[in-house]
Amino acid sequence: MYVAVKGGERAIDNAHQWLAEERRGDLSVPELTITQIREQMALAVNRVMAEGSLYDPDLAALAIKQARGDLIEAVFLIRAYRTTLPRLAASNPVDTGAMAVDRRISATFKDLPGGQVLGPTFDYTHRLLDFTLMAEGKTPDTPSPSGEEGRGEGESRVPHVTSFLNRDGLIEVAEPGDATPPDLTREPMELPADRTLRLQALTRGDEGFVLSMAYSTQRGYGRTHAFVGELRIGTVAVEVDIPELGFAVEIGEIELTECETVNQFKGSKTEPPQFTRGYGLVMGQSERKAIAMSLVDRALRWQELGEDFTGAPAQDEEFVLMHCDNIQATGFLEHIKLPHYVDFQAELELVRKLRAEAMALQEAAE
Amino acid sequence: MTDASPLDRKTWMAMLAKAPAVRLAALLPDLPPHSVLRQPEIGAVMVRGRVGATGAAFNLGEMTVTRASVRLASGEAGHAWVQGRDKGHALRAAAIDALMQTDAANDLTSRVLKPLEAEAQAARASRADKAAGTKVDFFTLVRGEDK
Repeated sequence: MYVAVKGGERAIDNAHQWLAEERRGDLSVPELTITQIREQMALAVNRVMAEGSLYDPDLAALAIKQARGDLIEAVFLIRAYRTTLPRLAASNPVDTGAMAVDRRISATFKDLPGGQVLGPTFDYTHRLLDFTLMAEGKTPDTPSPSGEEGRGEGESRVPHVTSFLNRDGLIEVAEPGDATPPDLTREPMELPADRTLRLQALTRGDEGFVLSMAYSTQRGYGRTHAFVGELRIGTVAVEVDIPELGFAVEIGEIELTECETVNQFKGSKTEPPQFTRGYGLVMGQSERKAIAMSLVDRALRWQELGEDFTGAPAQDEEFVLMHCDNIQATGFLEHIKLPHYVDFQAELELVRKLRAEAMALQEAAE
Repeated sequence: MTDASPLDRKTWMAMLAKAPAVRLAALLPDLPPHSVLRQPEIGAVMVRGRVGATGAAFNLGEMTVTRASVRLASGEAGHAWVQGRDKGHALRAAAIDALMQTDAANDLTSRVLKPLEAEAQAARASRADKAAGTKVDFFTLVRGEDK
């Protein structure tokens, strides 16, 4: 039970004033601009967009600045802002097959058509601190080998790796559907959730939580034997049906990370032996999250595929979906620091009474 | 409409939406006389993806968008839906959409749309070249059983 308290207004004002000062830090150090954060802290910006569930790099950068770099607080700011926006439309589903890929790798096929493209990756770096960055060293331009052909206009489609397996019928097919998907920002999430609702929850879920859930499946809690069939990062166009015009128009471009896993599957009562799939799609360049999402997506499909429930947390839809949102989690966790004086008075009296009774019993026994 | 642009409306609207707002303003600083049919409105579009890239649609998350509609003195109505929260961008894009339905279309195509297209293509090509520079050919080392 909460109890209304009054007062403290001046203290609160002063606290916020001090917060603003601390946010700014040492005045002899130049202030960060939104564009600097957007351009140079891009992966933090991406995470705030993905978990804030709103693609707008400038706003995400602003939120990071305002939150002093606390990314969950920044996500909170974005979520709050998001609720003030009228929903003008829903886009047509983005076509990731037409993605302008910066990165595309497969752990299952070394010779995939179109090639393995590493892109701007941390992979193969030595994870040694680069002190030249501290000395404000200049980063070299990316060498672009002469004669190496980039994507030409016209060859805009990049086929998915799973489509190669699909030719032989070795992998399950994702049948297209045009049903309006459920939206957990409009209707409270109901369980059991179908796969489209689960994917919405996971893509905006906390990266750390989704990562740990995925890791638990790899360590044996709901094992799904995942290979990264394909991981791709790049931009896709977003197309919206414009009611005034009666046709669809591309209104912009967003960066996405997509991961498809290929999972061993021995078959079940309902399904033949074949490879099955897990899917991850996340705003921005967020490959750890996308891979994790695809593992958790696959683990949650045990019922649909006729697998056994082993009691693993990652198989437990309620456990995963009800705990993956870091704003809900933060809200409930941090509310316990708010005044609970009446609750606690009651507890205090109860403990005093129990103590008195116990001591009386003890004395009587002696 | 004797002097029609070779571009169709869907194409030019996409080009205007994806163009950087500052470039659009630099290429066409002065808007034609117009009345505003719909004041620029900032809102959100729910972006959808597909399960497994080809399957059922699901909600990925929203993006900011600004829409506006204008009418030229000569009567043509122009509409714009552009990513982000730049009201000036939406108004300018709507005005150009309207102008593209007039005799000015061909002139605008060469003065505004073609340069935008060339710049967008150059930016895409530059990224694609960088990506191509990171293309690898993995080869399998000799394995024990191959000896």
